Amino acid sequence: MYDMKALYEAESVDHALALMQEHPDALVMAGGSDVLIKMREGKLAGREFVSIYMLDEMRGITLTKDGTIRIGSLTSFSHVIRSEIVQQHIPVLAEAISMIGGPQVRNIGTIGGNTCNGVTSADSGATLMALDAEVELRGPEGTRVIPLQKFYIKPGVVDIKRGELQMALLIKKEGYEGYTGHFIKYAMRDAMDIATLGCSVNVRLSEDKQTIEDCRVAFGVAGPVPMRLPSAEEVVRGASISDDLMHAFAEATEADVNPRTSWRAKKEFRLHLIKTMAERALRACITKAGGTI
Amino acid sequence: MAPQHKLVSFTLNGKPTQKMIDVRASLSDMLRNDYSMHSVKEGCEVGECGACTVLIDGETFNSCIYLAVWVEGKDVVTTEGLTGEDGTLSDIQQSFVDEFAVQCGYCTPGFIISAEALLRENKRYTRDELRKMMAGNLCRCTGYENIINAVEKTMEERLEAKAKG
Repeated sequence: MYDMKALYEAESVDHALALMQEHPDALVMAGGSDVLIKMREGKLAGREFVSIYMLDEMRGITLTKDGTIRIGSLTSFSHVIRSEIVQQHIPVLAEAISMIGGPQVRNIGTIGGNTCNGVTSADSGATLMALDAEVELRGPEGTRVIPLQKFYIKPGVVDIKRGELQMALLIKKEGYEGYTGHFIKYAMRDAMDIATLGCSVNVRLSEDKQTIEDCRVAFGVAGPVPMRLPSAEEVVRGASISDDLMHAFAEATEADVNPRTSWRAKKEFRLHLIKTMAERALRACITKAGGTI
Repeated sequence: MAPQHKLVSFTLNGKPTQKMIDVRASLSDMLRNDYSMHSVKEGCEVGECGACTVLIDGETFNSCIYLAVWVEGKDVVTTEGLTGEDGTLSDIQQSFVDEFAVQCGYCTPGFIISAEALLRENKRYTRDELRKMMAGNLCRCTGYENIINAVEKTMEERLEAKAKG
């Protein structure tokens, strides 16, 4: 038995929004793989919950007319990985998400929950950020869309106003078309482990594959929340591909990041990893995109 | 607050059923206490060990971190549902016996359910792929080798049977 005061099961999105108005202290539960475990630890014991798990209308991946990939917030990691739209246009997201937990965790965990819990180690966070993803939120005042980068405020805190639900993650055509991505997770184990660091890079090469036209690099656990690395991106944007450029890119990462010492790894080790992983991921992207270094 | 109950209708091991359930119950609580499905083991209770794994609509879930009320309208399978009416073991259960993939036995039902989920895909996987697909289940006795042997053996048997038609 879970120690909860009450469970309100939403029957539609509108019903969920109404329940959240009616019970302003209730927390929202999606797949529950964070919330239920916290309850076991006694952290969220005795609280009220609005469960949105049964809302199939919040599941599924669609490609809209303008080429935007819309991932319903309740879509499980497994379903994101298996989606043909994801496999065809943003395989890097499937690569990243397939490193989460184990099969059972990927079947219950949702991409919305993975971003709403505001955790820096979320395996989807860095990749979504490197794809310039946006967050669609719905509340009593209607729908708003904000960049994922602005969605993260601080550890455990995201920009969801009282009474709002995260409906979907959106990846615009400009975010993925022509880009090639690569994700590296550094952890102690190959499964059932939380990232010591996660690195996601997306590049767009020139037609002759000699120049990096654009590059987006994002890290998880390189700071309090998942983050983009603007100075490193600036170093390679518009530059011709060379070995020296790879090293310059790696060195430039240091200015953007702010890793901490935790029991998983010391700050110094993380700084070393960040440089190494950023360079490896960039090299992998270039190779995958048909370029040579 | 007064206990809050809800009528839950679902299919358990092929049979439709319904029961009034306390909304605070996990699926493993309900399967063990209300349906005596004692193959569903409660190990870590935080979704790490996989001992409580069940199939819901063909996918594996840790029933310890799944609310019982969420199975409304769904199809749930435990290892009791793999065994024949007369107690005959299914192919994957028999393989676990034949390959000595069981020592203390606590993790076994969870492993068998995870194996069953991937075997139903009728695809050939490498041992590395099998390890990744079974990574959500922990075993502290066997060292995993014999478990992977059992899954691989049943996978080959089913593929062969399918090829013969």
